[in-house]
Amino acid sequence: MRKAQGSWEKRILKSLNSMCTELSIPLARKRPIGEQKELLNKWNEMGTDEPDLSHFRPVYAPKDFLEVLINLRNPNYENGDSLGFRTHLGLIQVPLKVKDIPELKELFVELGLTTGQLGIDDSTQVPPELFENEHVRIGQKVLVEQDSAAAQQYVRQGSPTALRAELWALILNISSQPEDILYYEQLKTNVIQHDLLVDSLIYKDVKLTASNDDYYFVFEDYLYQVLLCFSRDTSVLSHFAYNSASPPRSYIRGKLGIEEYAVFYPPNGVIPFHGFSMYVAPLCFLYNEPSKLYQIFREMYVRFFFRLHSISSHPSGIVSLCLLFETLLQTYLPQLFYHLREIGAQPLRISFKWMVRAFSGYLATDQLLLLWDRILGYNSLEILAVLAAAVFAFRAVNLMEVTSLAAAEAVLADLSTLKVMPLLQIFLFATVT
Amino acid sequence: MSRLKNQNYKGYGLSKGKEREQRASIRFKTTLMNTLMDVLRRRPGWVEVKDEGEWDFYWCDVSWLRENFDHTYMDEHVRISHFRNHYELTRKNYMVKNLKRFRKQLEREAGKLEAAKCDFFPKTFEMPCEYHLFVEEFRKNPGITWIMKPVARSQGKGIFLFRKLKDIMDWRKDSRCSDDQKEEIPVENYVAQRYIENPYLIGGRKFDLRVYVLVMSYIPLRAWLYRDGFARFSNTRFTLSSIDDQYVHLTNVAVQKTSPDYHPKKGCKWMLQRFRQYLASKHGPEAVESLFSDMDNIFIKSLQSVQKVIISDKHCFELYGYDILIDQDLKPWLLEVNASPSLTASSQEDYELKTCLLEDTLHIVDMEASNSLRADSYCS
Repeated sequence: MRKAQGSWEKRILKSLNSMCTELSIPLARKRPIGEQKELLNKWNEMGTDEPDLSHFRPVYAPKDFLEVLINLRNPNYENGDSLGFRTHLGLIQVPLKVKDIPELKELFVELGLTTGQLGIDDSTQVPPELFENEHVRIGQKVLVEQDSAAAQQYVRQGSPTALRAELWALILNISSQPEDILYYEQLKTNVIQHDLLVDSLIYKDVKLTASNDDYYFVFEDYLYQVLLCFSRDTSVLSHFAYNSASPPRSYIRGKLGIEEYAVFYPPNGVIPFHGFSMYVAPLCFLYNEPSKLYQIFREMYVRFFFRLHSISSHPSGIVSLCLLFETLLQTYLPQLFYHLREIGAQPLRISFKWMVRAFSGYLATDQLLLLWDRILGYNSLEILAVLAAAVFAFRAVNLMEVTSLAAAEAVLADLSTLKVMPLLQIFLFATVT
Repeated sequence: MSRLKNQNYKGYGLSKGKEREQRASIRFKTTLMNTLMDVLRRRPGWVEVKDEGEWDFYWCDVSWLRENFDHTYMDEHVRISHFRNHYELTRKNYMVKNLKRFRKQLEREAGKLEAAKCDFFPKTFEMPCEYHLFVEEFRKNPGITWIMKPVARSQGKGIFLFRKLKDIMDWRKDSRCSDDQKEEIPVENYVAQRYIENPYLIGGRKFDLRVYVLVMSYIPLRAWLYRDGFARFSNTRFTLSSIDDQYVHLTNVAVQKTSPDYHPKKGCKWMLQRFRQYLASKHGPEAVESLFSDMDNIFIKSLQSVQKVIISDKHCFELYGYDILIDQDLKPWLLEVNASPSLTASSQEDYELKTCLLEDTLHIVDMEASNSLRADSYCS
């Protein structure tokens, strides 16, 4: 795994460096004073800036990453006795351990049919006295007690809209202390003073994805404020301690290869890819104070999101999620799986992009937030794979009739009307296995 | 069955056929070539008539109405999409007058508290006739911003902001400049209105809400509120320092379309549902409920204020587009009422909204019921 991650990183960095040489733009440079002043004035409306970004390309897109994952092989693997895995017909060929439905039912026990859920039991037909009112009351109590562990347990059943921002902050242990605000301001100063090549990539990504989204375009400026600061935040480097990835390095001009002149580039060690800004966009719905928004995003990234684009064997890592998805589909919807495979539409090719983005930009925002409630509650990303399988199960009838990859993509192109919790509940607890 | 042999039978058969034809089709006319045309054409049993053909249903524009309504005879079942003197509600100066009068009446009859419910309209003065009153108010509140709006234009045309009397002195001079054309060009009526300086902002941007209200009659007052609508965002960040930047302050899509930042894919709109969710996650569901019930109050009071003034012809109905601005205290303000809200779609989502809105409007107008009544009246 590490080797694969290592070579993937080399590729990304090479791509970044070549773009840099091609366009003759330095990876980093100090801004002249005039430009610094200008940027400071425009800080709250960077969205109005229209730099020429036509020559910049995203360093990579999720589908490039998928190709790398598909080609992962374990040279040491002796598949003598594991019959199950030899018959795995999906794209992922690494035999990691993934849960099956009985195990998932145990993990996600609070999503069961007899437990109240927000996203199901708060719909208009259900009288609020049955579940919602009491649930809200408990949520308020949790906030008063400032009990982080209780909050995490609580959001497994969903968080009321009005309490969500505070609950998530409690679970992620974010409290806006003066030193946090100061830290953010320092990052901001860093942005003003230095210009990084990565900044242009961020601009381009925001313009291509979030700005074009019907719902997130409003938050364009917040996205710049968060992401530009994020790329300079060296505290993010600490997450590499438990990440199989390592931060890309670069060398001061003229000192290639000399270790003393090696720096991490970008400073936070994370090279953004196409769609990266979508990790931040839904959070703008909850927080509009920039330093708080920033902290929440940073914490979400170092706890969860980084696993979605680095190669590791962690159960919440993207490789495991892909495998979990494929296994669920092959085991519980074999007809559908074989049919799609036959017509050249391997299911993972469609669902990969959903999982890499944690469904941001694909689901309606209120549904997405209900999903992310559960990610926080269970401290695991496995629910993404389960949801992806549940979506396929839901549209199985239409999918059985398609005869090409393009047609399958079309059936699954629009997820904005889906209700996440009923889908998950039916898939896990109400399907005959 | 042969129709030619028996004379009587032929006559009866013919009229029966005609009757069947009449029962089957509703003849509609409209000059609009947008969502409305799609909806009308799709409606089963509705056929388009062009040019001088007779119609049962006409979605007309206001200029046609002004010129032809008074000398057009309409059968009982015929419906037309405007009230003769809708401008009592939709022209800013008349609306203000009617509202002020209604407020006084309410204060006399029901007391100050009830009258205060009419305070959803920013202080407005008609120009040029109320100029002196305006100056008095202006001097009482130095430093605040005012907005000058032409009474009858739409799409944001001719609107500007000012803080100094000097600014409108210049404008008054300009608008009277061409002496030799004095007779032809009437001095346009404007209103000067207090500008709401603390609008509620989302993502640093100003927005207003468009809500649809269908009025089927004024006496008795029968109105329908459409559940959906949208918030229209300004493309640039809000700041009071840039009064001249029209794009910041005006949120009409028509104005935004000419802004250099405008990206057609975006459409700069949020559906009302999304707006409600956003507000609920920031202020809690009770605050949102209270905001929406304040908005209901605006619709009701504004319609009541013109109830006795508008000629309630049974042939008429009207679909109004209300423009509402929310301030930072979550108080809704009425900006204006449009008699001809745009029915052109700016995006797929918008198309769906307007399609459903128009379909529901046609369901309520229910030409099908009045059509069958008419067909019956042909049977002897």
